Amino acid sequence: MASPAGEPISPALKRDLEALAQRIRLHVVRMTNRAKSSHVGGGLSMAEILAVLYGHVLRVRPDDPCWSTRDRFVLSKGHACAGLYAVLAERGFFPLADLETFYTDGSRLAGHVTHTGVAGVECSTGSLGHGLPIAAGMALAGREQSFRVFCVLSDGECDEGSNWEAALFAGHHKLENLTVIIDYNKIQSLGSVDEVLRLHPLHDKWTSFGWRTAEVDGHDVEALHSALTSVPLAAGQPTCIVAHTVKGKGVSFMEHQLLWHYRSPAGEEYDRAIAELEGKAR
Amino acid sequence: VRTAFFDSLVTLAARDERIMLMTGDLGFGVIETFARSFPTRFINAGVAEQNMTGVATGLALSGKIVFTYSIANFPTLRCLEQIRNGPCYHNTNVKVVSVGGGLIYGSLGMSHHATEDLAVMRALPNLTVVAPGDPAETTAATEALVALDGPAYLRLGRAGEPRVHQGPIEFSLGKALMLCDGSDLTLISTGGMLVTADNAAQQLRRDGISCRLLSMHTVKPLDVDAILAAAADTGLIVTIEEHSVTGGLGSAVAEVMAEHPIAGALLKRIGLPSAFVSRAGSRDYLAAQYGLSADAIVSSIKALRRNELIKE
Repeated sequence: MASPAGEPISPALKRDLEALAQRIRLHVVRMTNRAKSSHVGGGLSMAEILAVLYGHVLRVRPDDPCWSTRDRFVLSKGHACAGLYAVLAERGFFPLADLETFYTDGSRLAGHVTHTGVAGVECSTGSLGHGLPIAAGMALAGREQSFRVFCVLSDGECDEGSNWEAALFAGHHKLENLTVIIDYNKIQSLGSVDEVLRLHPLHDKWTSFGWRTAEVDGHDVEALHSALTSVPLAAGQPTCIVAHTVKGKGVSFMEHQLLWHYRSPAGEEYDRAIAELEGKAR
Repeated sequence: VRTAFFDSLVTLAARDERIMLMTGDLGFGVIETFARSFPTRFINAGVAEQNMTGVATGLALSGKIVFTYSIANFPTLRCLEQIRNGPCYHNTNVKVVSVGGGLIYGSLGMSHHATEDLAVMRALPNLTVVAPGDPAETTAATEALVALDGPAYLRLGRAGEPRVHQGPIEFSLGKALMLCDGSDLTLISTGGMLVTADNAAQQLRRDGISCRLLSMHTVKPLDVDAILAAAADTGLIVTIEEHSVTGGLGSAVAEVMAEHPIAGALLKRIGLPSAFVSRAGSRDYLAAQYGLSADAIVSSIKALRRNELIKE
Protein backbone atom coordinates (compact mmCIF):
# COMPACT_ATOMS: atom_id res chain seq x y z
CA MET A 1 0.00 0.00 0.00
CA ALA A 2 1.60 3.25 -1.12
CA SER A 3 1.51 5.92 1.53
CA PRO A 4 1.74 9.62 0.90
CA ALA A 5 5.23 10.88 1.64
CA GLY A 6 5.02 13.10 4.71
CA GLU A 7 7.58 13.97 7.36
CA PRO A 8 10.13 11.25 8.03
CA ILE A 9 9.56 9.59 11.38
CA SER A 10 12.45 9.19 13.77
CA PRO A 11 13.01 5.78 15.36
CA ALA A 12 12.36 7.30 18.79
CA LEU A 13 9.04 8.85 17.74
CA LYS A 14 7.96 5.62 16.09
CA ARG A 15 8.72 3.73 19.28
CA ASP A 16 6.85 6.29 21.37
CA LEU A 17 3.76 6.22 19.18
CA GLU A 18 3.69 2.42 19.11
CA ALA A 19 3.99 2.37 22.87
CA LEU A 20 1.18 4.92 23.19
CA ALA A 21 -1.04 2.75 20.96
CA GLN A 22 -0.37 -0.24 23.22
CA ARG A 23 -1.20 1.76 26.33
CA ILE A 24 -4.47 2.88 24.70
CA ARG A 25 -5.26 -0.80 24.09
CA LEU A 26 -4.52 -1.72 27.68
CA HIS A 27 -6.78 1.07 28.91
CA VAL A 28 -9.56 0.04 26.53
CA VAL A 29 -9.46 -3.58 27.68
CA ARG A 30 -9.29 -2.61 31.37
CA MET A 31 -12.07 -0.03 31.02
CA THR A 32 -14.46 -2.33 29.16
CA ASN A 33 -13.69 -5.12 31.64
CA ARG A 34 -14.37 -2.95 34.67
CA ALA A 35 -17.46 -1.49 33.05
CA LYS A 36 -18.68 -4.81 31.61
CA SER A 37 -19.28 -2.75 28.48
CA SER A 38 -19.24 -3.42 24.75
CA HIS A 39 -17.22 -2.09 21.82
CA VAL A 40 -13.78 -3.28 22.81
CA GLY A 41 -13.04 -4.41 19.23
CA GLY A 42 -13.61 -1.02 17.63
CA GLY A 43 -11.53 0.64 20.33
CA LEU A 44 -8.59 -1.66 19.64
CA SER A 45 -8.77 -1.18 15.88
CA MET A 46 -8.16 2.57 16.05
CA ALA A 47 -5.39 2.60 18.68
CA GLU A 48 -2.63 3.57 16.24
CA ILE A 49 -4.84 6.20 14.59
CA LEU A 50 -5.44 7.89 17.95
CA ALA A 51 -1.81 7.47 18.99
CA VAL A 52 -0.46 9.18 15.88
CA LEU A 53 -3.06 11.95 16.04
CA TYR A 54 -2.68 12.75 19.74
CA GLY A 55 0.96 11.73 20.00
CA HIS A 56 2.21 13.88 17.16
CA VAL A 57 -0.21 15.39 14.65
CA LEU A 58 -2.85 17.37 16.53
CA ARG A 59 -1.98 20.87 17.68
CA VAL A 60 -3.64 20.75 21.09
CA ARG A 61 -2.72 21.96 24.56
CA PRO A 62 -3.87 19.70 27.39
CA ASP A 63 -3.36 22.55 29.88
CA ASP A 64 -5.44 24.90 27.71
CA PRO A 65 -8.03 22.64 26.07
CA CYS A 66 -10.15 25.51 24.70
CA TRP A 67 -7.24 27.35 23.07
CA SER A 68 -9.01 29.04 20.17
CA THR A 69 -6.88 27.88 17.23
CA ARG A 70 -6.38 24.31 18.44
CA ASP A 71 -6.96 21.54 15.93
CA ARG A 72 -10.36 19.95 16.42
CA PHE A 73 -10.85 16.21 16.67
CA VAL A 74 -14.26 14.58 16.29
CA LEU A 75 -14.68 10.88 17.01
CA SER A 76 -17.81 10.16 15.04
CA LYS A 77 -17.76 6.46 15.98
CA GLY A 78 -18.78 7.49 19.47
CA HIS A 79 -19.24 3.93 20.72
CA ALA A 80 -15.46 3.52 20.70
CA CYS A 81 -15.13 6.31 23.25
CA ALA A 82 -12.96 4.28 25.64
CA GLY A 83 -10.05 4.77 23.24
CA LEU A 84 -10.60 8.51 23.05
CA TYR A 85 -10.91 8.94 26.81
CA ALA A 86 -7.75 6.85 27.19
CA VAL A 87 -5.65 8.92 24.82
CA LEU A 88 -6.93 12.18 26.32
CA ALA A 89 -5.92 10.98 29.77
CA GLU A 90 -2.56 9.79 28.41
CA ARG A 91 -2.02 13.28 26.99
CA GLY A 92 -2.89 14.84 30.34
CA PHE A 93 -6.27 16.40 29.59
CA PHE A 94 -7.50 14.75 32.78
CA PRO A 95 -6.04 12.28 35.28
CA LEU A 96 -5.54 8.68 34.22
CA ALA A 97 -7.37 7.67 37.39
CA ASP A 98 -10.57 9.14 35.91
CA LEU A 99 -10.62 6.27 33.42
CA GLU A 100 -11.60 4.00 36.30
CA THR A 101 -14.95 5.78 36.48
CA PHE A 102 -15.83 4.95 32.86
CA TYR A 103 -19.45 3.82 32.51
CA THR A 104 -20.11 3.84 36.25
CA ASP A 105 -23.01 5.48 38.06
CA GLY A 106 -22.56 9.25 38.16
CA SER A 107 -19.45 9.33 35.95
CA ARG A 108 -18.80 12.03 33.37
CA LEU A 109 -17.32 9.34 31.10
CA ALA A 110 -20.45 7.89 29.52
CA GLY A 111 -20.50 4.97 27.12
CA HIS A 112 -20.56 7.15 24.03
CA VAL A 113 -18.38 10.23 23.52
CA THR A 114 -19.60 12.94 25.88
CA HIS A 115 -18.31 16.50 25.97
CA THR A 116 -19.94 17.74 29.17
CA GLY A 117 -17.26 18.17 31.78
CA VAL A 118 -14.66 16.17 29.84
CA ALA A 119 -11.66 18.29 28.87
CA GLY A 120 -10.48 17.74 25.32
CA VAL A 121 -13.75 16.39 23.91
CA GLU A 122 -14.97 18.81 21.24
CA CYS A 123 -18.39 17.34 20.73
CA SER A 124 -20.58 14.47 21.78
CA THR A 125 -21.37 11.65 19.41
CA GLY A 126 -22.95 8.23 19.62
CA SER A 127 -25.66 8.34 17.01
CA LEU A 128 -23.74 7.41 13.90
CA GLY A 129 -23.48 9.82 11.01
CA HIS A 130 -23.48 12.98 13.12
CA GLY A 131 -19.76 13.66 13.47
CA LEU A 132 -18.74 14.49 9.94
CA PRO A 133 -21.34 17.24 9.32
CA ILE A 134 -20.24 18.90 12.58
CA ALA A 135 -16.59 18.49 11.61
CA ALA A 136 -17.36 20.09 8.24
CA GLY A 137 -18.92 23.09 10.00
CA MET A 138 -15.86 23.38 12.21
CA ALA A 139 -13.63 23.19 9.14
CA LEU A 140 -15.57 26.00 7.49
CA ALA A 141 -14.96 28.16 10.56
CA GLY A 142 -11.39 26.84 10.81
CA ARG A 143 -10.56 28.06 7.33
CA GLU A 144 -11.10 31.61 8.59
CA GLN A 145 -9.70 31.03 12.08
CA SER A 146 -6.69 28.93 11.01
CA PHE A 147 -7.26 25.55 12.56
CA ARG A 148 -7.58 22.04 11.17
CA VAL A 149 -10.22 19.40 11.80
CA PHE A 150 -9.77 15.63 11.97
CA CYS A 151 -12.66 13.21 12.12
CA VAL A 152 -12.60 9.44 12.59
CA LEU A 153 -15.49 7.47 11.09
CA SER A 154 -16.24 3.81 11.39
CA ASP A 155 -16.87 1.80 8.26
CA GLY A 156 -20.34 0.76 9.39
CA GLU A 157 -21.39 4.34 9.87
CA CYS A 158 -20.66 5.04 6.22
CA ASP A 159 -24.10 3.45 5.74
CA GLU A 160 -25.60 6.67 7.11
CA GLY A 161 -26.71 9.05 4.36
CA SER A 162 -25.80 12.10 6.43
CA ASN A 163 -22.11 11.26 5.92
CA TRP A 164 -22.55 11.45 2.18
CA GLU A 165 -24.37 14.76 2.48
CA ALA A 166 -21.35 16.01 4.40
CA ALA A 167 -18.93 14.43 1.94
CA LEU A 168 -20.62 16.30 -0.91
CA PHE A 169 -20.56 19.51 1.13
CA ALA A 170 -16.88 19.30 2.08
CA GLY A 171 -15.85 18.50 -1.48
CA HIS A 172 -17.97 21.30 -2.89
CA HIS A 173 -16.62 23.83 -0.40
CA LYS A 174 -13.04 22.64 -0.87
CA LEU A 175 -12.48 22.12 2.85
CA GLU A 176 -8.79 21.29 2.63
CA ASN A 177 -8.36 21.71 6.39
CA LEU A 178 -10.66 18.72 6.97
CA THR A 179 -9.28 15.18 7.19
CA VAL A 180 -11.41 12.08 7.61
CA ILE A 181 -9.85 8.83 8.73
CA ILE A 182 -11.98 5.75 8.24
CA ASP A 183 -11.30 2.95 10.69
CA TYR A 184 -11.95 0.31 8.05
CA ASN A 185 -11.99 -2.82 10.19
CA LYS A 186 -14.53 -4.51 7.87
CA ILE A 187 -16.91 -5.61 10.62
CA GLN A 188 -20.05 -3.80 11.66
CA SER A 189 -22.81 -4.54 14.10
CA LEU A 190 -24.40 -7.68 12.68
CA GLY A 191 -21.82 -8.92 10.22
CA SER A 192 -19.06 -8.03 7.84
CA VAL A 193 -19.36 -4.82 5.86
CA ASP A 194 -19.52 -6.90 2.70
CA GLU A 195 -22.45 -8.90 4.04
CA VAL A 196 -24.44 -6.02 5.52
CA LEU A 197 -24.09 -3.18 3.01
CA ARG A 198 -21.16 -3.22 0.64
CA LEU A 199 -18.92 -0.14 0.71
CA HIS A 200 -16.42 -1.32 -1.88
CA PRO A 201 -14.89 0.54 -3.65
CA LEU A 202 -14.71 2.88 -0.67
CA HIS A 203 -11.67 4.78 -1.89
CA ASP A 204 -13.36 5.57 -5.20
CA LYS A 205 -16.54 6.73 -3.51
CA TRP A 206 -14.74 9.41 -1.51
CA THR A 207 -12.62 10.40 -4.50
CA SER A 208 -15.72 10.83 -6.63
CA PHE A 209 -17.20 13.13 -3.95
CA GLY A 210 -14.28 15.51 -4.43
CA TRP A 211 -11.88 14.24 -1.77
CA ARG A 212 -8.23 13.32 -2.17
CA THR A 213 -8.10 9.81 -0.84
CA ALA A 214 -5.26 7.62 0.37
CA GLU A 215 -5.21 4.10 1.75
CA VAL A 216 -2.88 3.08 4.54
CA ASP A 217 -2.31 0.18 6.88
CA GLY A 218 -4.07 1.58 9.93
CA HIS A 219 -1.78 -0.28 12.32
CA ASP A 220 1.44 0.94 10.69
CA VAL A 221 2.44 3.96 12.75
CA GLU A 222 4.96 5.03 10.14
CA ALA A 223 2.38 4.96 7.33
CA LEU A 224 -0.22 6.84 9.41
CA HIS A 225 2.38 9.38 10.44
CA SER A 226 3.42 9.88 6.86
CA ALA A 227 -0.16 10.36 5.64
CA LEU A 228 -1.32 12.56 8.50
CA THR A 229 1.70 14.85 8.32
CA SER A 230 1.10 15.43 4.61
CA VAL A 231 -2.48 16.66 4.78
CA PRO A 232 -4.01 18.18 2.82
CA LEU A 233 -3.00 15.63 0.24
CA ALA A 234 -4.15 18.05 -2.44
CA ALA A 235 -4.69 21.79 -2.35
CA GLY A 236 -8.36 22.72 -2.36
CA GLN A 237 -9.63 19.26 -1.43
CA PRO A 238 -10.58 17.58 1.83
CA THR A 239 -8.55 14.47 2.63
CA CYS A 240 -9.91 11.00 3.26
CA ILE A 241 -7.58 8.36 4.65
CA VAL A 242 -8.96 4.87 4.42
CA ALA A 243 -7.13 3.10 7.22
CA HIS A 244 -7.27 -0.66 6.80
CA THR A 245 -7.51 -2.06 10.29
CA VAL A 246 -8.37 -5.22 12.15
CA LYS A 247 -11.25 -5.31 14.58
CA GLY A 248 -9.92 -6.38 17.99
CA LYS A 249 -6.32 -5.75 16.89
CA GLY A 250 -3.68 -6.70 19.44
CA VAL A 251 -5.54 -9.47 21.24
CA SER A 252 -5.23 -12.66 19.22
CA PHE A 253 -8.62 -14.14 19.99
CA MET A 254 -10.44 -10.85 19.41
CA GLU A 255 -9.01 -10.13 15.99
CA HIS A 256 -11.49 -10.19 13.09
CA GLN A 257 -14.24 -11.37 15.47
CA LEU A 258 -17.72 -9.85 15.36
CA LEU A 259 -18.32 -11.19 18.89
CA TRP A 260 -15.98 -8.54 20.30
CA HIS A 261 -18.16 -5.75 19.05
CA TYR A 262 -20.34 -6.74 21.98
CA ARG A 263 -18.57 -8.99 24.43
CA SER A 264 -16.85 -7.53 27.43
CA PRO A 265 -13.54 -9.16 28.35
CA ALA A 266 -13.79 -10.93 31.71
CA GLY A 267 -12.19 -13.70 33.75
CA GLU A 268 -9.62 -15.83 32.01
CA GLU A 269 -10.19 -14.03 28.68
CA TYR A 270 -9.41 -10.74 30.34
CA ASP A 271 -6.23 -12.10 31.89
CA ARG A 272 -5.09 -13.47 28.52
CA ALA A 273 -5.86 -10.19 26.77
CA ILE A 274 -3.88 -8.18 29.31
CA ALA A 275 -0.98 -10.65 29.18
CA GLU A 276 -0.81 -10.40 25.40
CA LEU A 277 -0.95 -6.61 25.39
CA GLU A 278 1.56 -6.23 28.22
CA GLY A 279 3.89 -8.57 26.38
CA LYS A 280 3.73 -6.36 23.31
CA ALA A 281 3.96 -3.18 25.34
CA ARG A 282 7.33 -4.19 26.72
CA VAL B 1 -43.59 37.82 8.93
CA ARG B 2 -41.15 36.20 6.53
CA THR B 3 -40.19 39.61 5.20
CA ALA B 4 -39.91 41.02 8.73
CA PHE B 5 -37.58 38.15 9.64
CA PHE B 6 -35.25 38.61 6.69
CA ASP B 7 -35.20 42.42 7.01
CA SER B 8 -34.37 42.09 10.67
CA LEU B 9 -31.69 39.46 10.04
CA VAL B 10 -29.95 41.65 7.47
CA THR B 11 -29.94 44.59 9.89
CA LEU B 12 -28.61 42.44 12.72
CA ALA B 13 -25.96 40.80 10.53
CA ALA B 14 -24.61 44.22 9.59
CA ARG B 15 -23.93 44.81 13.29
CA ASP B 16 -22.78 41.32 14.28
CA GLU B 17 -20.23 39.48 12.18
CA ARG B 18 -20.96 36.18 13.89
CA ILE B 19 -24.37 35.87 12.23
CA MET B 20 -24.61 33.37 9.38
CA LEU B 21 -27.54 32.09 7.32
CA MET B 22 -27.80 28.57 5.93
CA THR B 23 -30.63 27.39 3.73
CA GLY B 24 -31.68 23.96 2.56
CA ASP B 25 -31.95 25.27 -1.01
CA LEU B 26 -35.16 27.21 -0.34
CA GLY B 27 -36.08 30.87 -0.01
CA PHE B 28 -36.23 32.08 -3.62
CA GLY B 29 -36.95 35.80 -3.60
CA VAL B 30 -36.22 36.27 0.11
CA ILE B 31 -32.66 35.14 0.81
CA GLU B 32 -31.04 37.25 -1.90
CA THR B 33 -30.46 40.45 0.11
CA PHE B 34 -28.66 38.57 2.86
CA ALA B 35 -26.71 36.49 0.33
CA ARG B 36 -25.62 39.59 -1.59
CA SER B 37 -24.81 41.63 1.51
CA PHE B 38 -22.86 38.90 3.31
CA PRO B 39 -21.67 36.43 0.70
CA THR B 40 -19.16 34.71 3.00
CA ARG B 41 -21.79 34.30 5.71
CA PHE B 42 -24.46 32.78 3.50
CA ILE B 43 -24.40 29.06 2.70
CA ASN B 44 -26.84 27.16 0.58
CA ALA B 45 -26.33 23.68 2.00
CA GLY B 46 -28.29 22.06 -0.79
CA VAL B 47 -31.21 19.73 -0.23
CA ALA B 48 -29.50 18.15 2.77
CA GLU B 49 -30.99 19.24 6.06
CA GLN B 50 -29.18 16.72 8.25
CA ASN B 51 -25.83 18.00 7.06
CA MET B 52 -27.03 21.60 7.22
CA THR B 53 -27.85 21.19 10.89
CA GLY B 54 -24.56 19.43 11.62
CA VAL B 55 -22.53 22.08 9.80
CA ALA B 56 -24.43 24.78 11.69
CA THR B 57 -23.54 23.01 14.94
CA GLY B 58 -19.85 22.91 14.01
CA LEU B 59 -19.92 26.59 13.07
CA ALA B 60 -21.72 27.50 16.28
CA LEU B 61 -19.19 25.52 18.33
CA SER B 62 -16.59 27.73 16.62
CA GLY B 63 -18.23 30.97 17.71
CA LYS B 64 -20.85 31.65 15.02
CA ILE B 65 -24.57 32.37 15.36
CA VAL B 66 -26.15 30.28 12.64
CA PHE B 67 -29.71 30.51 11.35
CA THR B 68 -30.80 27.39 9.45
CA TYR B 69 -33.69 28.09 7.15
CA SER B 70 -36.17 26.00 5.26
CA ILE B 71 -39.91 25.46 5.03
CA ALA B 72 -42.51 23.31 6.74
CA ASN B 73 -41.00 20.19 8.39
CA PHE B 74 -37.71 20.14 6.52
CA PRO B 75 -35.53 22.09 8.99
CA THR B 76 -37.12 20.40 12.02
CA LEU B 77 -38.49 16.87 11.71
CA ARG B 78 -36.24 15.84 8.84
CA CYS B 79 -33.16 16.48 10.96
CA LEU B 80 -34.67 16.12 14.42
CA GLU B 81 -31.89 14.00 15.90
CA GLN B 82 -29.25 16.37 14.57
CA ILE B 83 -31.03 19.22 16.38
CA ARG B 84 -31.32 17.20 19.57
CA ASN B 85 -27.76 15.87 19.76
CA GLY B 86 -26.16 18.95 18.19
CA PRO B 87 -27.39 22.43 19.12
CA CYS B 88 -29.56 21.26 22.03
CA TYR B 89 -27.05 19.00 23.79
CA HIS B 90 -24.15 21.36 23.11
CA ASN B 91 -26.37 24.32 24.04
CA THR B 92 -24.98 26.28 21.17
CA ASN B 93 -26.10 29.09 18.88
CA VAL B 94 -28.07 27.41 16.13
CA LYS B 95 -31.42 29.06 15.43
CA VAL B 96 -33.70 26.82 13.39
CA VAL B 97 -36.18 28.78 11.27
CA SER B 98 -39.17 27.34 9.47
CA VAL B 99 -41.54 29.22 7.23
CA GLY B 100 -44.98 27.77 6.70
CA GLY B 101 -45.90 26.81 10.25
CA GLY B 102 -49.33 25.15 10.31
CA LEU B 103 -51.38 24.93 7.13
CA ILE B 104 -49.73 27.84 5.31
CA TYR B 105 -48.77 25.52 2.45
CA GLY B 106 -52.20 23.93 2.56
CA SER B 107 -52.62 23.22 -1.12
CA LEU B 108 -49.19 21.59 -1.35
CA GLY B 109 -50.42 18.64 0.65
CA MET B 110 -49.69 16.75 3.83
CA SER B 111 -45.91 16.70 3.38
CA HIS B 112 -45.91 20.51 3.65
CA HIS B 113 -48.22 20.83 6.66
CA ALA B 114 -46.15 21.66 9.76
CA THR B 115 -48.67 20.58 12.33
CA GLU B 116 -46.65 18.72 14.98
CA ASP B 117 -43.48 20.82 15.05
CA LEU B 118 -44.28 22.78 18.21
CA ALA B 119 -44.99 19.58 20.13
CA VAL B 120 -41.80 17.92 18.99
CA MET B 121 -39.52 20.91 19.38
CA ARG B 122 -41.01 21.80 22.75
CA ALA B 123 -39.85 18.44 24.06
CA LEU B 124 -36.18 19.13 23.36
CA PRO B 125 -34.05 20.31 26.30
CA ASN B 126 -32.35 23.73 26.05
CA LEU B 127 -34.40 24.73 23.01
CA THR B 128 -36.34 28.01 23.13
CA VAL B 129 -39.44 27.74 20.94
CA VAL B 130 -40.91 30.90 19.45
CA ALA B 131 -43.88 31.43 17.13
CA PRO B 132 -44.39 35.18 16.62
CA GLY B 133 -47.89 36.43 15.90
CA ASP B 134 -47.26 39.33 13.57
CA PRO B 135 -44.45 41.25 11.84
CA ALA B 136 -43.73 43.35 14.92
CA GLU B 137 -43.26 40.27 17.08
CA THR B 138 -41.15 38.67 14.36
CA THR B 139 -38.71 41.57 14.23
CA ALA B 140 -38.44 41.63 18.00
CA ALA B 141 -38.10 37.85 18.24
CA THR B 142 -35.29 37.76 15.68
CA GLU B 143 -33.36 40.34 17.70
CA ALA B 144 -34.03 38.46 20.91
CA LEU B 145 -32.84 35.16 19.43
CA VAL B 146 -29.56 36.71 18.35
CA ALA B 147 -29.09 38.03 21.88
CA LEU B 148 -30.05 34.67 23.40
CA ASP B 149 -26.99 32.47 24.04
CA GLY B 150 -28.34 29.06 23.07
CA PRO B 151 -30.40 27.17 20.52
CA ALA B 152 -33.85 28.19 19.39
CA TYR B 153 -36.66 27.30 17.02
CA LEU B 154 -38.41 30.16 15.24
CA ARG B 155 -41.68 29.16 13.63
CA LEU B 156 -42.90 31.64 11.07
CA GLY B 157 -46.07 31.86 9.02
CA ARG B 158 -45.72 33.31 5.57
CA ALA B 159 -45.39 36.62 3.84
CA GLY B 160 -48.09 39.25 4.13
CA GLU B 161 -49.59 38.76 7.58
CA PRO B 162 -50.97 42.07 8.88
CA ARG B 163 -49.58 43.85 11.87
CA VAL B 164 -51.90 43.13 14.79
CA HIS B 165 -50.21 45.11 17.56
CA GLN B 166 -51.09 48.77 17.56
CA GLY B 167 -48.02 50.78 18.46
CA PRO B 168 -44.68 49.60 19.80
CA ILE B 169 -44.40 46.35 21.76
CA GLU B 170 -42.32 45.42 24.77
CA PHE B 171 -41.15 42.03 23.63
CA SER B 172 -39.35 39.66 25.88
CA LEU B 173 -38.82 35.93 25.31
CA GLY B 174 -41.02 33.90 27.62
CA LYS B 175 -43.40 36.78 28.39
CA ALA B 176 -46.84 36.81 26.79
CA LEU B 177 -48.06 40.06 25.28
CA MET B 178 -51.54 41.25 26.25
CA LEU B 179 -53.36 42.87 23.34
CA CYS B 180 -56.49 43.67 25.30
CA ASP B 181 -57.80 42.94 28.75
CA GLY B 182 -61.14 41.41 29.67
CA SER B 183 -62.93 39.61 32.45
CA ASP B 184 -65.10 36.82 30.97
CA LEU B 185 -62.45 34.73 29.27
CA THR B 186 -58.89 34.73 27.93
CA LEU B 187 -57.91 33.85 24.41
CA ILE B 188 -54.31 32.67 24.15
CA SER B 189 -52.96 32.54 20.64
CA THR B 190 -49.60 31.48 19.27
CA GLY B 191 -48.01 32.16 15.90
CA GLY B 192 -50.00 33.22 12.88
CA MET B 193 -53.38 32.69 14.55
CA LEU B 194 -53.01 36.06 16.28
CA VAL B 195 -54.96 38.04 13.69
CA THR B 196 -57.77 35.44 13.76
CA ALA B 197 -57.82 35.48 17.56
CA ASP B 198 -57.90 39.27 17.53
CA ASN B 199 -60.89 39.24 15.15
CA ALA B 200 -62.64 36.69 17.36
CA ALA B 201 -61.98 38.84 20.44
CA GLN B 202 -63.49 41.86 18.73
CA GLN B 203 -66.60 39.93 17.71
CA LEU B 204 -67.04 38.60 21.24
CA ARG B 205 -66.66 42.08 22.65
CA ARG B 206 -69.35 43.38 20.28
CA ASP B 207 -71.58 40.64 21.65
CA GLY B 208 -70.96 41.78 25.19
CA ILE B 209 -68.40 39.16 26.15
CA SER B 210 -65.34 40.71 27.74
CA CYS B 211 -62.25 39.05 26.39
CA ARG B 212 -58.57 39.14 27.33
CA LEU B 213 -56.22 38.38 24.43
CA LEU B 214 -52.70 37.10 24.98
CA SER B 215 -50.14 36.48 22.28
CA MET B 216 -48.06 33.54 23.55
CA HIS B 217 -45.20 34.02 21.10
CA THR B 218 -42.87 31.91 23.22
CA VAL B 219 -44.16 28.37 23.61
CA LYS B 220 -41.08 27.38 25.60
CA PRO B 221 -40.27 28.62 28.17
CA LEU B 222 -43.95 29.25 28.76
CA ASP B 223 -45.25 32.30 30.58
CA VAL B 224 -46.74 30.45 33.55
CA ASP B 225 -47.58 33.65 35.42
CA ALA B 226 -49.70 34.98 32.56
CA ILE B 227 -51.62 31.69 32.34
CA LEU B 228 -52.28 31.54 36.07
CA ALA B 229 -53.36 35.18 36.14
CA ALA B 230 -55.72 34.55 33.22
CA ALA B 231 -57.18 31.50 34.96
CA ALA B 232 -57.70 33.41 38.20
CA ASP B 233 -59.02 36.60 36.59
CA THR B 234 -61.26 35.22 33.85
CA GLY B 235 -62.05 31.59 34.75
CA LEU B 236 -61.90 30.35 31.14
CA ILE B 237 -58.87 29.99 28.88
CA VAL B 238 -59.23 29.23 25.19
CA THR B 239 -56.02 28.35 23.36
CA ILE B 240 -55.80 28.88 19.61
CA GLU B 241 -53.07 27.36 17.51
CA GLU B 242 -52.50 26.33 13.93
CA HIS B 243 -51.09 23.03 15.14
CA SER B 244 -52.26 19.70 16.42
CA VAL B 245 -53.99 19.91 19.81
CA THR B 246 -51.66 17.09 20.82
CA GLY B 247 -48.57 18.51 22.40
CA GLY B 248 -48.70 22.11 21.26
CA LEU B 249 -49.73 25.34 22.97
CA GLY B 250 -52.99 23.91 24.30
CA SER B 251 -51.19 20.98 25.85
CA ALA B 252 -48.55 23.23 27.35
CA VAL B 253 -51.24 25.43 28.92
CA ALA B 254 -53.10 22.34 30.14
CA GLU B 255 -49.94 21.12 31.87
CA VAL B 256 -49.67 24.40 33.74
CA MET B 257 -53.35 24.44 34.73
CA ALA B 258 -53.29 20.81 35.84
CA GLU B 259 -50.35 21.42 38.14
CA HIS B 260 -51.71 24.73 39.50
CA PRO B 261 -55.41 24.04 39.96
CA ILE B 262 -57.35 27.23 40.21
CA ALA B 263 -60.89 26.64 41.41
CA GLY B 264 -63.36 26.70 38.58
CA ALA B 265 -60.95 27.59 35.81
CA LEU B 266 -61.69 25.82 32.53
CA LEU B 267 -59.65 25.24 29.42
CA LYS B 268 -60.77 24.83 25.82
CA ARG B 269 -58.16 23.95 23.22
CA ILE B 270 -58.83 25.01 19.65
CA GLY B 271 -56.46 23.58 17.08
CA LEU B 272 -56.11 20.81 14.56
CA PRO B 273 -57.11 17.27 15.42
CA SER B 274 -54.30 14.71 15.54
CA ALA B 275 -55.02 13.65 11.98
CA PHE B 276 -53.59 14.14 8.53
CA VAL B 277 -55.16 16.71 6.27
CA SER B 278 -55.27 14.89 2.97
CA ARG B 279 -57.43 17.26 0.95
CA ALA B 280 -56.02 20.14 -1.01
CA GLY B 281 -57.04 23.59 0.06
CA SER B 282 -55.80 27.06 0.75
CA ARG B 283 -54.68 27.83 4.26
CA ASP B 284 -57.82 29.83 5.03
CA TYR B 285 -60.08 27.14 3.58
CA LEU B 286 -58.44 24.35 5.56
CA ALA B 287 -58.24 26.43 8.75
CA ALA B 288 -61.97 27.11 8.54
CA GLN B 289 -62.64 23.38 8.00
CA TYR B 290 -61.02 22.75 11.38
CA GLY B 291 -62.70 25.55 13.29
CA LEU B 292 -59.77 27.94 13.08
CA SER B 293 -61.66 30.92 11.61
CA ALA B 294 -62.75 33.85 13.77
CA ASP B 295 -66.42 32.93 13.22
CA ALA B 296 -65.86 29.32 14.21
CA ILE B 297 -63.87 30.33 17.30
CA VAL B 298 -66.66 32.69 18.37
CA SER B 299 -69.26 29.94 17.83
CA SER B 300 -67.40 27.38 19.86
CA ILE B 301 -66.91 29.84 22.71
CA LYS B 302 -70.62 30.72 22.69
CA ALA B 303 -71.49 27.02 22.68
CA LEU B 304 -69.30 26.54 25.72
CA ARG B 305 -71.14 29.30 27.54
CA ARG B 306 -74.55 27.95 26.51
CA ASN B 307 -73.56 24.60 27.92
CA GLU B 308 -72.93 26.40 31.17
CA LEU B 309 -69.46 25.05 31.35
CA ILE B 310 -68.52 28.37 32.79
CA LYS B 311 -70.06 30.27 35.63
CA GLU B 312 -72.23 33.12 34.48
